[in-house]
Amino acid sequence: MENAVASPPYNYRVVRQFTIMSVVWGIVGMLVGVIIAAQLAWPALNFEIPWLTFGRLRPLHTNAVIFAFGGCALMGTSYYVVQRTCNTVLAFPKLAAFTFWGWQAVIVAAAISLPLGFTSAKEYAELEWPIDILITLVWVAYAIVFFMTIARRKQAHIYVANWFYGAFIIAVALLHVVNNLEVPVSAMKSYSVYSGAIDAMVQWWYGHNAVGFFLTAGFLGMMYYYIPVQAQRPVYSYRLSIVHFWALIAVYMWAGPHHLHYSSLPDWAQSVGMVFSIVLLAPSWGGMINGMMTLSGAWHKLRTDPIIRFMIVALSFYGMSTFEGPMMSIKTVNALSHNTDWTIGHVHSGALGWVAMITIGAIYVMIPRLFDRKQMYSVGWINAHFWLSTIGTVLYIASMWVSGIMQGLMWRAVNTDGTLTFNFVQELVERQPFYIIRLLGGVIFLAGMVLMAVNVYKTILGNRDVSGADNVMQAA
Amino acid sequence: MSDFWSWFIIVIVALNLLGCAGLLLWNKQISPEEAAKETTGHTFDGIVERNSPLPRWWLGLFIGTLIFACVYLALYPGLGKYEGALGWTSSNQYDAEVSLMERKTGPLFEQYAQVPIEELIQYPEALAVGGRLFANNCAICHGSDARGAKGYPNLTDNDWLYGGEPAQIVTSIAAGRKGMMPPMAAAIGNTDEAVRDMAIYVQSLSRPEIAKQADKAAAIERAKPKFMVCAACHGTDGSGNQMMGAPNLTDAVWLYGPRIEDIEHTIRQGRNGNMPAHESLLSEERIHVIASYVYSLSQPAKQ
Repeated sequence: MENAVASPPYNYRVVRQFTIMSVVWGIVGMLVGVIIAAQLAWPALNFEIPWLTFGRLRPLHTNAVIFAFGGCALMGTSYYVVQRTCNTVLAFPKLAAFTFWGWQAVIVAAAISLPLGFTSAKEYAELEWPIDILITLVWVAYAIVFFMTIARRKQAHIYVANWFYGAFIIAVALLHVVNNLEVPVSAMKSYSVYSGAIDAMVQWWYGHNAVGFFLTAGFLGMMYYYIPVQAQRPVYSYRLSIVHFWALIAVYMWAGPHHLHYSSLPDWAQSVGMVFSIVLLAPSWGGMINGMMTLSGAWHKLRTDPIIRFMIVALSFYGMSTFEGPMMSIKTVNALSHNTDWTIGHVHSGALGWVAMITIGAIYVMIPRLFDRKQMYSVGWINAHFWLSTIGTVLYIASMWVSGIMQGLMWRAVNTDGTLTFNFVQELVERQPFYIIRLLGGVIFLAGMVLMAVNVYKTILGNRDVSGADNVMQAA
Repeated sequence: MSDFWSWFIIVIVALNLLGCAGLLLWNKQISPEEAAKETTGHTFDGIVERNSPLPRWWLGLFIGTLIFACVYLALYPGLGKYEGALGWTSSNQYDAEVSLMERKTGPLFEQYAQVPIEELIQYPEALAVGGRLFANNCAICHGSDARGAKGYPNLTDNDWLYGGEPAQIVTSIAAGRKGMMPPMAAAIGNTDEAVRDMAIYVQSLSRPEIAKQADKAAAIERAKPKFMVCAACHGTDGSGNQMMGAPNLTDAVWLYGPRIEDIEHTIRQGRNGNMPAHESLLSEERIHVIASYVYSLSQPAKQ
């Protein structure tokens, strides 16, 4: 692990563990997603087995892809990035090991308790109170390791990726604790301390900021390190990174009420949520611009480097879904889109297109470096994976757009006598073809993940890179 | 909302929007010294950062959304107790949309309301409207074919709990109905045998062949005198009483199932039926049209 600048012997053990588990949980979580997508097309596929029903597997899917796949990727990459950009070894290695094993325990507890039907019934926060407490402990340990590493940095400045990772860690701690304040009534049952519209507001303050800080800020941190490293180009604008960082974290906190348009939430709160959702457009795009423009002068790499392709397409989906989001938060648009498949499509353009693809890019950058290999076992497979991911995502979101807009239009269609033109079942029947296309998109995306797992396995199995180069970006 | 919270909201919303504007103003230009250097001079693991200024089109987009925010919050409720210059509320919007629809469709239903239900069933287009109203409002319990389900009466079989005359149907829809069969086990002897005997007797009322079966005859003999407590509602012959919604037990139509176990359950636990009142949900004229549709379902000869 020698390179031009003398660097300390970085702690890669915990990074390797998180990175490998991110691949594993990605496959598990997306497989569950494929199963429930199939159930939506053909409901008989739950075989009337309680723990295979949609209501139980859907939270398993969301928790597995967000917190297991995404969480492992964020924790692994943040440990890698914070060490390398602070030029210091990870603080408290035993505590860091605890964050890995503790997080895996949380994931396993979720994978058992959710299918058994234990749930606090809060979307993306379904886990019951004992698991919530374990999450809190792991998260506090994670924060201590991360911020103490920054405190011990050998650099005068803190790199922008670390601002984003830091904001993600602090905000998720706050969101998790506030939304999960609950009164336990038995070992696996609790009730929220909030009630009615306040409970709904707290839930969506949590829910939208989970998107904002877990799925956006955290992955922007990833983007800010792995894109310049892979492209070997300077970051486009330091000034832009300052402005969009502070604007993003200030404005995201307000956007939650757009999940509760036309509900019993007071009008003022809905308006404020909508207004700040629209203001959020520019800060979100700041990250996209900074990532894309980092490639200026190196656009030719898009032709030759499939990892760069992953990253740039990830940023494109990020830009698209952060445009779509503010548009959907406008009440007039929301009146059509709310409760339809359009929302599901929107979420997946962010989740598959942005979160998963930037993560996949980062994993392909990191794996050879973590295991001292020259490069991935097969670059051709990376390219194949890129096309599987892109085609899968496009099939998914396009089918959900069509289905969702059709749903919204059918629900609001009214006869001249004032009655609804279609009943629910008539509309449901129309959705099935799109559910099959969505399933196909999911299967294709999952196939790409399996290909990546094989590629990672073969890479690790392969020969050590005898050159000893750490694959660090060369200063030339 | 108290004045305190109202001002609290106004202040933090304003601070946040002004903060964004201030951030942009502060960073919109870079100093000549900065511009002269291509990068910031920091190096992180080989990564350097360029001193590019904020893209102008992006700055314009950001400022545009901030202006939109100010205009929107001036026009619509958002800043605490301030109601917005347009006076818009979501409940006003709802009321306006409902009354617009009422103005559009009112004349049609007023026309239908002039025609008595017995005659209205001769008009296919009125029945089609009634059918759509039924699908929107009634089918969720009574089924899209109106044939009901366990606990939800079949409306096509000409067997009526509360009467099948047009006026009675209108009352059922408008004011709702509450069926209440009390638990009766205690009143008929409170033993498993007594309940079984009564269930057999009740079953035999609509299936005379049961009374002829040797093993059932004794049970029927035992239960018959006790049926007097049931007769208060169901009548001495078990033919029911539409005044109180007591079902006819002699017609082989079973709201809660025809099996001995179902009947025993009814005797033991009682039953509660609830047809909700619709007069606050649907206009009188619409109820008139739905009642016509329901009435038509059991009038095959006249259709």
